[in-house]
Amino acid sequence: MALYSEKVMDHFRNPRNVGTMKDADGVGEVGNAKCGDIMKIYLKIREGIIQDVKFETFGCGSAIASSSIATEMIKGKPVEEAMALTNQAVAEALDGLPAHKLHCSVLAEEAIKAALKDYYDRHGIAYAPARFPDCAHCEGCGR
Amino acid sequence: MMIYADNAATTKMSPAAVSAMLPYMSELYGNPSSLYAFGQRAKKALEDARGRIAGCLGCDPRELTFTSGGSEADNQAIRSAAKLGARKGKRHIVSTAFEHHAVLHTLKSLEREEDFAITLLDVHENGLVTPEQVKKAIRPDTCLVTVMYANNEIGTVQPIAEIGAVCRDMEVLFHTDAVQAAGHLPINVQVQNIDLLSISAHKFHGPKGIGALYARRGVALCSLIEGGSQERGLRAGTENIPAVMGMAAALEEACGQLEENAVKVSALRDKLIAGLSEIPHSVLNGDPVKRLPGNANFCFEGIEGESLLLLLDDKGICASSGSACTSGSLDPSHVLLAIGRPHEIAHGSLRLTINEETTEAEVGYLMEAVRDAVSRLRSMSPVWRDLEGGKLPHII
Repeated sequence: MALYSEKVMDHFRNPRNVGTMKDADGVGEVGNAKCGDIMKIYLKIREGIIQDVKFETFGCGSAIASSSIATEMIKGKPVEEAMALTNQAVAEALDGLPAHKLHCSVLAEEAIKAALKDYYDRHGIAYAPARFPDCAHCEGCGR
Repeated sequence: MMIYADNAATTKMSPAAVSAMLPYMSELYGNPSSLYAFGQRAKKALEDARGRIAGCLGCDPRELTFTSGGSEADNQAIRSAAKLGARKGKRHIVSTAFEHHAVLHTLKSLEREEDFAITLLDVHENGLVTPEQVKKAIRPDTCLVTVMYANNEIGTVQPIAEIGAVCRDMEVLFHTDAVQAAGHLPINVQVQNIDLLSISAHKFHGPKGIGALYARRGVALCSLIEGGSQERGLRAGTENIPAVMGMAAALEEACGQLEENAVKVSALRDKLIAGLSEIPHSVLNGDPVKRLPGNANFCFEGIEGESLLLLLDDKGICASSGSACTSGSLDPSHVLLAIGRPHEIAHGSLRLTINEETTEAEVGYLMEAVRDAVSRLRSMSPVWRDLEGGKLPHII
């Protein structure tokens, strides 16, 4: 399908790191079923390094591909590096997304940040709340 | 291998339609407005085709205007009726919440720019509106009722003749968008009390870019396109003769086989519906009986429609969905919302529209492929996990 790049289709057809995690150190869920996409990210973190990551996604092809590639981009990386992952980086790694699908890459960034925030909260690690997005700027969700 | 299950989007042209067009794209290229014999030969072909199409609809050839398709016919029908109404100070139109956008957007524009009041009837969960609803909604200032014959997404067939009778009785013009119905369901504008009717050739194995508007004699149409006296001044521009020839051939063929096809295709459709209904937490959209012969439309809980279409595409299946991601807006299909499906359910919709060429084996393959794709997507869906884990209640 010409709508998406080969990279998007590859990650959609063969999503990496799909699943759940029983003893996750941080779990983040963003999106809304009403809007048609939800992403859930599970992290296992040891000594500041993301040792394992899993995801589950309800959404369109680009939502599934965005979460899949985002998990690959942070696996084995220091927490700070995962915190710095941007939606642009996700979209670029997928060789681009159609304009009306860019919000899928935003969701991927936010899902990872939400999981990291959960990790910080659970482990009593201090952080600046401003580093985490709130949902206010997400158009359409109406939450 | 490809299984084309999107015949509500468009159809393959029939060989009869193609061969009817070819001479008018090569040797017989004359302009019907030219007075020499070569042009008049095209004129004769045009009028002959108009007569044959009129025969299929039960109207007089002079009551037919060729358009670029269903959308233009809908626009012209509604704007014409609105103009006639406005002259008498009648500025109210009754329609339904699940019309095609060609109707809804035209009504919106009349409401916004020309001070019309629009009543959109609620659609029952089964995808039907009743003549009683129409009767109740008609006011002294109502100039038009427009209700589609068959819905383009869920395929439900409205009681058009009865609604037409109500309108005639109350002296209100009645338009029906019969784009999905023509060639698939019986049409007789006189028996069915229809004043205005829109059709589009590519939905019944004719070419794209051609349609027709029937307007009962005495219902004056206004022209949307100015600049020539073609179509009795109701639509300027040199007639698309090849397309008209293709449409006439396709409609005659479809109407000739209508009953035979309806019996055959509905039997296959019912098999498809029965098979897909076995998928847990799925629901058929629209009445199981009062629907187009080839239409099966389902919602599957816990998944999103676009990803379902992509997986099916990988298996060679062409289908369609009413999810927001495929509608190009943030909201899922207005049709599914109109029949009361919540947003999260409407996102997981699938429309399969088969036809008389679909085989039993293909239906089997469709069922299998949809079942596999739904369960694959559910296996990675956090919503499905929550539904199955009891954290969220199943809605369907």
